[in-house]
Parts: sequence; C-alpha cells; structure tokens
Amino acid sequence: MNAERRAAGRGGTGVISDRRAEYLEEKARLIRRRVIEMTAAAGSGHPGGSLSSADIIAALYFHVMRIDPGNPGWEDRDRFVLSKGHAAPALYAALAERGFFDPSELVTLRRTGSRLQGHPDCRKLPGIEASAGSLGQGLSLANGIALAGRLRGKSYRVFVLLGDGECQEGQVWEAAMSAAHWKLGNLAAFVDCNGLQIDGPVEEVMSLKSPAEKFRAFGWNVLEIDGHDARQIVEAVEAAGRAKGVPTVAVAHTVKGRGVSFMENQVDWHGKAPSPEQAERALRELGEGRSLR
Amino acid sequence: MTHELNARGPAAGSPKTATREAYGKALVELGRARPDVVVLDADLSKSTMTARFAREFPDRFYNVGIAEQNLMGTAAGLALGGLTPFASTFAVFAAGRAYDQVRQSIAYPGLNVKICATHAGITVGADGATHQAIEDIALMRVLPNMTVIVPADDVETEQAVKTAASHEGPVYIRLGRHPVPRVTPEGYEFEVGKATVLRQGDDVALVACGIGVSIALSAAEMLAARGIRAAVLNVSTIKPLDARTIVSAAERCGRVVTIEEHSTIGGLGGAVCELLSERRPVAVRRVGVPDVFGQSGPPDELLRFYGLTPENVVSAVEEMEGR
Ligand SMILES: Cc1ncc(C[n+]2csc(CCOP(=O)(O)OP(=O)(O)O)c2C)c(N)n1
Ligand SMILES: [Mg+2]
Repeated sequence: MNAERRAAGRGGTGVISDRRAEYLEEKARLIRRRVIEMTAAAGSGHPGGSLSSADIIAALYFHVMRIDPGNPGWEDRDRFVLSKGHAAPALYAALAERGFFDPSELVTLRRTGSRLQGHPDCRKLPGIEASAGSLGQGLSLANGIALAGRLRGKSYRVFVLLGDGECQEGQVWEAAMSAAHWKLGNLAAFVDCNGLQIDGPVEEVMSLKSPAEKFRAFGWNVLEIDGHDARQIVEAVEAAGRAKGVPTVAVAHTVKGRGVSFMENQVDWHGKAPSPEQAERALRELGEGRSLR
Repeated sequence: MTHELNARGPAAGSPKTATREAYGKALVELGRARPDVVVLDADLSKSTMTARFAREFPDRFYNVGIAEQNLMGTAAGLALGGLTPFASTFAVFAAGRAYDQVRQSIAYPGLNVKICATHAGITVGADGATHQAIEDIALMRVLPNMTVIVPADDVETEQAVKTAASHEGPVYIRLGRHPVPRVTPEGYEFEVGKATVLRQGDDVALVACGIGVSIALSAAEMLAARGIRAAVLNVSTIKPLDARTIVSAAERCGRVVTIEEHSTIGGLGGAVCELLSERRPVAVRRVGVPDVFGQSGPPDELLRFYGLTPENVVSAVEEMEGR
C-alpha cells in the first residue's frame, strides 16, 4: 500500500535518476518514431495502441529486463509477453533498438516473407517470447512461463502487457484467478488503459468498471500508475518484486495515440496506417531522430 | 512392418480396458521417468485419470478449475518455459471450448503440448450429446503442426502417450471412457504416423481407428464366413496419415470401408477419402456417426443406434459388392 501510494505520486523519490528517466523517455520517443515509420511503410497496422504502450515497453526493454540480445534463448532471461499482439510495431522497434536484429529490417513489417509478422510470431523472430494476436490469451501463457520458472528453480521474471478492451475476454479473468491462486510472485502484468478499443470507448462498448478492483478481488497486488511516466513504470516493477507470493498488476493510465497530436484519443487511429504526409507530420511532432531509410 | 493378428476378432470375454485408464497409468510411469513432464486438468482429473499423476506428483500437477481456455494457455506457457505439459479434459471441451487457444497458443507456435482428451465419441453414454465429441478429429487434424492420434486399446494408448512425450511438437491424443477389447498383437510397437495391418485380405480393406478397430476385426471375421477376405488396418495416427499403407491396401483390395466413432465428415473417413481420391481412387464407404449429434444411452446401445457395429460394416461391404 505504501508502494502503491509512492508509485501513484508523481516525481518525488523515484527509484531511477532523472538522467535514467530521460534516457527511457528518449527510447520511448524512438519507438514511437519507428511505429509511425513502420506502419506508414506497411500501409497498415495499429499505431494507436502501439503508441500508448511505448513507455511501458521502453522501460521494460531498456531498464528492467535481464536479457541478452546476443543470446535470445538464454534460459535465465526475463520474459515479456505482448498479449495485445497488435502493438507488435512497438515491440519490434524496441527489439531492434536493443540489438536483437538490425533496425533496417523494421520496414519489412507485414510484408510477405518478413519475420515481422502483423502480430508477433515467436518461431520467426528472436526476442519474441510468445505468439499473440488472438486477444485474451497472453496472461495464461505468462502464468505457464512463470510456473515453469518456479518448478525449474529459475529466478527469471515474467512480464505481460494487456489492453483494456482485451480485458473483456473471459480468459483474462480465468488467468487472473489462477495467477493469484498459484501465488505467482514472479509475474507482473501491465494493463494499457487507454480507454479505447475498436468500436469506441471501452466505457461505452462494454464497461469494465474498475479493472483494478477486479484484479484486487482476485487477490492481486494492484498498482495504478501513469503509463507514460518511466519512473512510475519502473517503480511498479520494483514494487512487484517486493510483493512475495502474489502477482502484481499495474493498471497503467495511458493515452491512445500518445505523442502524435492528431492520433491522441482518436478511436480511428486504432488500426489505420498514416499516409506519407501524415507520417511526416507525426515524425515532426515526435522530434528529430535517425530515419529508417 | 506388418503385425498379424491371427485373429477372429477380439475374443469375446477377453478383458476390456478404457483407454483413459491406460492413460492414467502411463502418465504415472512417465512422471517417474521424466521430471520435465507436468500435467494439467480442468476439474475432471478423476474422470480423465490424471488424478493418479496428481497423487504421486502434486508439485507437477496443475488444476486450473473449470477454465479450459486457460488450461490450454497455461500448458502453452509451461512448454515455453521448457517443460513437457500434458493437458487433459473431455474431448468436447479440449477441441471445442478451447479451439482458438489450441490453434493460436499451441498449434501456431508449434509448442510441445500434449493434449490428451478423454470421453471422446458417443460411448460417453448417458451424459448425452453435450459431452460426446463427434467432431474433434476433424477440428484437430486441420490444424497445421498438430499430430492426431487415436489409440485402439490400452496397450497402444500407453505406448502412444509415452511416445508423445518424446515427440517434439503439439499432439492430440483421443481417448475413451468406455472399456475396449485389446486388439494390438503381442510385441506391438507404436510409431507416430505408422498404420498397422492387423489382418491380411484382398477383397476389401477395413480402415479403422479407436473402438472402430475391434468392430472391424469382428466384421472381418463375419465376412470371412461369407468368403470375403477383408484386410484390417489400425490407423491410429490420423495425422500424419500413413499414406503408403493405406494406398497399398486400397490398391490390393480395390474397396475400402472406414470405421470410426466420429462424424463421417472430416474424421478418419474424410482423411482417407482425401488421400485415395488423389492417389488411388477406389470405392469407399464411411461407417461412423452420420452427421448428427449423439444422445443419452448405454454405450453399446448407442453404438448400435448409430450403426457402429460389425453387422453394419458387413452391410457396407455387401452394398459395395452390389449384392
Ligand atoms: C479474440 C480477438 N477478438 C477480436 C480481435 C480484434 N481486435 C484487435 S485489437 C482489438 C481492440 C483491442 O482493444 P484494446 O485491448 O483496448 O487494445 P488497445 O486499445 O491497447 O489497442 C480488437 C477487438 C482480436 N485480435 N482478438
Ligand atoms: Mg484500449
């Protein structure tokens, strides 16, 4: 509860330095640029939910997770499951930036023969821990990976990212129930609460009321954070590590399309690629960066 | 390799065992030999027989409760974590309720999950149609990467379960609740993708799986009395199908009857028709559940009701002969 309050409070005595936070913000900005470039090049894809997840993915891949891009199959590595698989562009961008493959491959997104499938394929691309795309399944996968780690005496941690609309899937709650039942302290989930799904606001399509209360009722350690604040994201992960024998979820309040003014909070930008002109505008807003081409 | 059963069909009064029983026993033996084997169930462990494993290896058993989608997803995660999970529930729930989870979380990534589904087919009996999977072979065999096995008896089940544990990739094993006679010959060795000729003959090939094998053997005996020499094939691996053995039997006999406790659409009969229409078109009759749901009743009565009897197989053969 203490951790909860601290995580919820902005600024203050963060677990990371200002320099570190700036570094993670820069990585998130880079990921956002890539998301725009990749979806524009592909002519399709999901910018909205990729942009809302960028800060969480950046914090995990550039600060939190023990991984080795040179040895993606390392048995003791931390695992990340992107349950909301349509945010693949953000994950691919992070993996490339982290050195799992050459960033020049990013523009092959969604092309025939590409390792960068429309939704992540763990058999094709090193660094992808689980195939996803059919919503609602990732938390079960993460549970299984966490159980395997415990049974095999591994100290790795498992992270999973879900969408708020995705939480309408019944399987999410089957898995929520079992993660707490199995006391999976090595598991931490993030829910990207951007308030939107395809057909409109989550509140209108099918309200979840409070996802936080639901997870709490199932016995989880629940935090509410600003999903665009690197400090709070890292703090949540630390809090999850301190919570022994109980899974932690960070209900992350986010803005869909974050970082690109004309995409923010716009339901239309869920699954539509920017035109070349729109992409240019978006990249200008996001600020300078190395271009992919 | 041809195993010959010098048989007159399964001897009446010979001991019968349900394949789920053999599964429960095999799992325990696997558990002793293989520390990487873990077992999951969805509140049916006493029926699927995984409870035996649970008793001996409580730390390697996960009951997910009545949540079949989560059952498949958790099994997939355990496989991703380097273990060899066996996931069990009734066939109707494994293949039906959790189809998308099997497709997306197990088959597509080709994960090393063994789905051992019990209570397949109409011999579930009194529980009726909601619990009788007549379409699971069809559902599972259309999935890329999936191996589909339907053992004919206890011996074959035990071997198939153990073989599956060493076979890399997803496997669906279809098991029954109802006791079935032993049909595998002495010294039989199960191999994935290998059909077995249980009886030689050149007039008609009876191609069967599961409980259909003992029905075929009895039918062959009845046909012999009418001067018709029937070959009997146990096609326990539906996918990958043993094309060579089936095509060569079709070539020799010129006529084929398939027998299975499954819809006549999409199961073994469907698979055999697909194969033969391309490789060796011959007349085929499919004996199975004729595109209807099951119902409550004693298993043997239901087998008769849906035409899964040796007499029915004999009629199918005679019909092909134009008698
Ligand atoms: C089982 C399933 N049903 C439907 C879809 C189609 N779909 C893709 S994204 C999406 C909306 C997801 O909303 P949310 O989880 O809130 O994601 P985000 O807003 O973060 O993009 C839907 C319905 C799917 N991928 N899987
Ligand atoms: Mg959303």
